[in-house]
Amino acid sequence: MFEEEKKNSQTFQDFDSFSNPSDEIEVSKIIKTCFKSETPLELFGSGSKRLIGNKLQCEKTVSLSKLDGIIRYQPEELYIKVKACTPIKTIEEKLKTHKQCLAFDPIDLGYIFKGESDQGTAAGFVATNFAGSSRFKYGSVRDHLLGFRGVNGKGEIIKSGGTVVKNVTGYDLSKLVCGSYGTLVALTELTFKVIPLQEDTNTMVLYDLSIEAASEFLKNVSQSSNDITGAAHLPINNMAKNFETNTENVFKLNDLKSASSYTAIRLEGSQISIKEKIENIKKELNLFKTNLSVLESYQSKLFWAKVKNLEIFSNTKNSVLRIVVLPSNLVKIVYYLEKLTSQYFIDWGGNLLWAEIKNLSKENLIVLKKFVSNSDGYTTLIKSGEGLSFYDHSFTTNKIHYNVSQKIKESFDPKRILNPNKMYSGI
Amino acid sequence: MSNLVMPKIDRATISLKDKIVEKFKKITKQENVLSTADEIKPYETDALSAYKEKPLIVVLPENTSEVSEILAYCNENKIKVVPRGAGTGLSGGSLPLKDGVLLGLGKFNKILEIDFDNSCVIAQPGVTNLSITQAVEHRDFYYAPDPSSQIACSIGGNVAENSGGVHSLKYGTTTNNILGAEVVFMDGTIARFGGKRFDSEGYDILGLITGSEGLLCVITEVTVKIITKPQRVQAALIGFSTIEDGGKCVSEIIANGIVPAGMEMMDKALIHATDNFSKAGYPRDAEAMLIVEVDGTISEVNEQIERVKAIGIKNNSTSLKTSNSEEERLRFWAGRKSAFPACGAMAPDYYCMDGTIPRGKLAQVLNEISRLSKKYELPVANAFHAGDGNLHPLIMFDANDPKSLVKTEKFGSEILKYCVKVGGVLTGEHGVGIEKRELMCEMFNNNDIQQQIKIKKALDKNSLLNPGKVYPILRKCAEEGRVHVRRGKEKFPDIPRF
Repeated sequence: MFEEEKKNSQTFQDFDSFSNPSDEIEVSKIIKTCFKSETPLELFGSGSKRLIGNKLQCEKTVSLSKLDGIIRYQPEELYIKVKACTPIKTIEEKLKTHKQCLAFDPIDLGYIFKGESDQGTAAGFVATNFAGSSRFKYGSVRDHLLGFRGVNGKGEIIKSGGTVVKNVTGYDLSKLVCGSYGTLVALTELTFKVIPLQEDTNTMVLYDLSIEAASEFLKNVSQSSNDITGAAHLPINNMAKNFETNTENVFKLNDLKSASSYTAIRLEGSQISIKEKIENIKKELNLFKTNLSVLESYQSKLFWAKVKNLEIFSNTKNSVLRIVVLPSNLVKIVYYLEKLTSQYFIDWGGNLLWAEIKNLSKENLIVLKKFVSNSDGYTTLIKSGEGLSFYDHSFTTNKIHYNVSQKIKESFDPKRILNPNKMYSGI
Repeated sequence: MSNLVMPKIDRATISLKDKIVEKFKKITKQENVLSTADEIKPYETDALSAYKEKPLIVVLPENTSEVSEILAYCNENKIKVVPRGAGTGLSGGSLPLKDGVLLGLGKFNKILEIDFDNSCVIAQPGVTNLSITQAVEHRDFYYAPDPSSQIACSIGGNVAENSGGVHSLKYGTTTNNILGAEVVFMDGTIARFGGKRFDSEGYDILGLITGSEGLLCVITEVTVKIITKPQRVQAALIGFSTIEDGGKCVSEIIANGIVPAGMEMMDKALIHATDNFSKAGYPRDAEAMLIVEVDGTISEVNEQIERVKAIGIKNNSTSLKTSNSEEERLRFWAGRKSAFPACGAMAPDYYCMDGTIPRGKLAQVLNEISRLSKKYELPVANAFHAGDGNLHPLIMFDANDPKSLVKTEKFGSEILKYCVKVGGVLTGEHGVGIEKRELMCEMFNNNDIQQQIKIKKALDKNSLLNPGKVYPILRKCAEEGRVHVRRGKEKFPDIPRF
């Protein structure tokens, strides 16, 4: 139930059910009170990723959206420290002033949830640990969070890490909070490592590759020494079938030809080095006779924004899955997806599949998840489509991982009041 | 620290030694259980050799199920266990306990799988760091983290300590370069976290384990990511007449958008020591010297090395050379890589510190170290991983003089406190171990430490795995991790604790 609904609901008017604390001390007080009364609370930031995960039924809702603002930005030390719910857009704009950026290439899930951009806050990215197309090159959010402050389930303010990249003092709790969906701490401050913005970007697009050829190409090119920062495959023909989205319109760029599939790689650096990389790749992979285009800077940026922001699934009513795979198992998982009414594309140089599936039933999802995990991958339900509204197994786990997770949860949140059941029932 | 306090000795366990030996001989081969004084002597210390202790028993299991059985038995009988990789750790993380079992992973020495299709290698924990690269370099791949002990240190130890190396700014430390691990918890549970794929759903337990210094579990298998070698690598050797100029040059290189593969700085004392030792051709008149290494495609390297040269000149460099061949580049590094033995040649002993500081504070910190060097009357040479801010002051002393060791440790501890004071951290890559555990309260308050101890207890409820390491046990700082707060004030209340 959203806060607006709660405010209007008679049941909740008797409770102080919604809070919007303005600082860390207030967050701590609220959680201390909830700890004493064993009141479960839902934590969220701006709400852009609130629908991911199992549905919460909490007495209290706490938005941390007022924890907003840049605390310290030191370009020459390559870090930025922010209040947890600073919009990612604000951070990126600030970094641009010194030609720097966040290395985890923040994605934008606004398109699949509401048809428009809504990137959300820094804490949202930490909570989900979702990285964009350059993940295979630069790492995920967990690789770039240098430190944090937050409030645990007893209301105690805790911190871990620092502002430097090399730090082995105590357990690395920054890793633990990444991808924990607010179930361990209410984040209040975050420090990210930043990297220099690349001077320029071009994209090489190969046309009409089959999935088998694309898989081989993505593997070879992402292992080349030419520092590729994006490698994706979009089977345009397969996408258009049975789905409302007009994929060709989404990717309508002047220099893109009409084709059955696009296999794209991103090359960054100075113009001289980009040209060198293109020539190197053509030579290494024998592409001189291949049907391809090179998108210049502006179109390149548009292209990769559309890929990482899932614009082809914009406004979908269907289920959306994020499937992390091994490059060597990519083709067999694609074959499996093709048996369902689905459209999909491949990112991260063949390590990630995004899929939109029509009428996905609980049974089909369970079988798909099993198939993927037997292939050393995993499937996360990002958006529940029609037919899956009461599904509560967005994430996958196994018995041992669950038991260890339960112990860790208890060490942070002994009464299980922070986003209970958000990830797994009982955690 | 010289009078090291360790957890209370359990006499009952010591009296059961024969029974434990018998039990272990049933779990693993007889020759894998060492219990006589001669047999266990090689295990009495790690690379922090000022501290020695003979373990009760040394056991060298050969497979994961043996590790599991040993741990389960020890857990049931409340026997302490200290895991050990190659014993190259510099913070005493595998210092044995008189009443504890030393669990050596030396027999886990095989590379299990090389998977070029998925760019990874699966190795047992006793495999050395360098041998992973050696196993894949014929296909132009390598494993990026390169701690200076890479010829001897094991990959399991690297995971336990989250080891770094000189390329950490660009390529990350161990935690950014591993994909999965098989581990055994103290109760004998065998678990796998991660795999060959990127990231994982749920809590990042692999991330928690990495750098946990053998306190949470024993690592029995590691999956590492391998990457392709760059097309070209080139280095610049730049001399400066002041530390300040060198420090400004470092900051300006970073601010200019260059991410060097490696950037190392040495002070005058170390320039002389290493040049005497290895005849590297360093600028002996310089107060500070930088090695800046860039890698990438040929044009990227050409372009970046020109920018580095220009920044050097702008910051008053007194000498500037760039490597024109692979031999010359390796010669530039030869001196830096001999920093430790070079100091060893200058004094009977040296003590290597390991703080990390914001790069911009380098000159300020080196000035303070120089002041402390005079105060303690002990010479010091400084090596600095300028790319990632990791500072290694090498304090020279004579261990035969007990007073000298005490003085050295006090000096070292003051350096680390100062690193924290300027916004840095106690340890960049060597770990806390026994060496810095009493200093943890300089960086963390009671809540922070209690949270970490709660995690430890959640995964090892009897605190039997590597006890006495990482967390303070002395009353002067904390008891069971409780911070001593004087007059309601934390130390350095004005410093942002982050």
